Amino acid sequence: MAEQRGLTGFRRPDGRVGIRNHVVVLPVDDLSNAAAEHIAAVVPGTLALPHAYGRLQFGADLDLTFRTLIGTGTNPNVAAVVVVGIEPTWTNRVVEAIAATGKPVEGLAVEGHGDLATIAAGARIAQQYLQDASELRREPVRRNELMLSIKCGESDTTSGLGSCPTTAEVVDRWVDAGGTVLFGETSELTGGEHLIAQRCVDDDVRKKFQRIYDDYLGAIEAQGANLLGSQPTQGNIAGGLSTIEEKAMGNIAKTGTHPVVDALHPAEAPSRPGLNFMDTSSAAAECITLMAAAGAVLHLFPTGQGNVIGNPIEPVIKLTANPNTAQTMGEHVDLDCSGLLRREYGLASAGERLLAVSDRTVNGRLTAAETLGHREFVLTKLYQSA
Amino acid sequence: MSQAPPGFLAHQDGDTVAVAVRDLPAGEAEGGYLRGPDSVRVTLTEAVPLGHKFALTDIADGEHIIEYGVVVAQATAAIGRGDHVHVHNVRSVRWQNSVA
Repeated sequence: MAEQRGLTGFRRPDGRVGIRNHVVVLPVDDLSNAAAEHIAAVVPGTLALPHAYGRLQFGADLDLTFRTLIGTGTNPNVAAVVVVGIEPTWTNRVVEAIAATGKPVEGLAVEGHGDLATIAAGARIAQQYLQDASELRREPVRRNELMLSIKCGESDTTSGLGSCPTTAEVVDRWVDAGGTVLFGETSELTGGEHLIAQRCVDDDVRKKFQRIYDDYLGAIEAQGANLLGSQPTQGNIAGGLSTIEEKAMGNIAKTGTHPVVDALHPAEAPSRPGLNFMDTSSAAAECITLMAAAGAVLHLFPTGQGNVIGNPIEPVIKLTANPNTAQTMGEHVDLDCSGLLRREYGLASAGERLLAVSDRTVNGRLTAAETLGHREFVLTKLYQSA
Repeated sequence: MSQAPPGFLAHQDGDTVAVAVRDLPAGEAEGGYLRGPDSVRVTLTEAVPLGHKFALTDIADGEHIIEYGVVVAQATAAIGRGDHVHVHNVRSVRWQNSVA
């Protein structure tokens, strides 16, 4: 099958390519959620992204919030952004960073105006952006212009046997085509982290990766804790997974065979094509929010027991090899690959099926999560606010 | 790929556990390896639900459990070939504080 199968996307002013065309109303902080959501309600078709934070954060935690908000606004699945914050300084910081990509963006500060005037002004801008975005057209794009991300959830042993190796087939194809793929889930590498370290492309990347992993492990130990009861989760255990090491091997099974070209901080945009590791939580919504903020436009999500995750701006394709999940939660499943475990077809064929679903999704087919309104947008909080 | 659907699959040659790919009753079960057609027969000493593991060999208390060709756990009791393998008889090697 030809690598190029008529993929189409939206080319943004900075040259990056998206597969969706959202007009986003982005609150800078928790206080601005109400105005942002009301703007989106006045202009149906726009998308508000309420979240819980953005006030009195400091240091690395504040940097990560800015990086996540700015990265979300600059993601090529987003056509234009209305930014709403309680005060102008932090609002402008987000606006200016998004404006640097050439994308239409305007900011509104609530202080000195109140919600109602802000909603009226924001709705006028959002309306204009939505009409302008509706005239943007898809054009032919190449696979290597589309950033892919992967993360699994509610895993069980069928993930490691079926849905994760199927994902790996597509990951390898994407990297072969010169594309960029993000994987993360620092905690879920435990027991297999040496395998990722071995796959790092050089000593510099290996050191970066090892440092991120060791810092994570140090943070756990500093709490005097282990992750028993959290990793594996109760759902994982019900599905037959017994230990974190076993879960890690399933997680790693979806990363394919290519070298790891870089180790990134949370929400950091990759600069090297190929398979990139990103430091993330293994909680699905946090992880995918960070990957979308790094610029990923399509996500592959293998699940065992049946995670229902979606993301507001990055379509999430869910696949399962668990026949019970495929049957009982079919409305959440974009690809049932349980035939793999019955040996009805092999891994290469399962990979072809997933690539076909991926390409159709690139070209506009809505995912199960998009149709069911799953728009989980969750900022990662590194520590307590001031 | 015309053979009957396997009852269980193991990841790699040398693994000491395999995974039930459907609910298996106690007694004779037939399966193979993920990437190979080899037929393996095991007599299960108890029912093993879909997704759960059982031992392909006898495993001594304290011995490592091998899956994916790597150590994924440690036995906390003697495990016989065909026994269900899960949190009641294995524990993490990595989370040393764990009590499972």
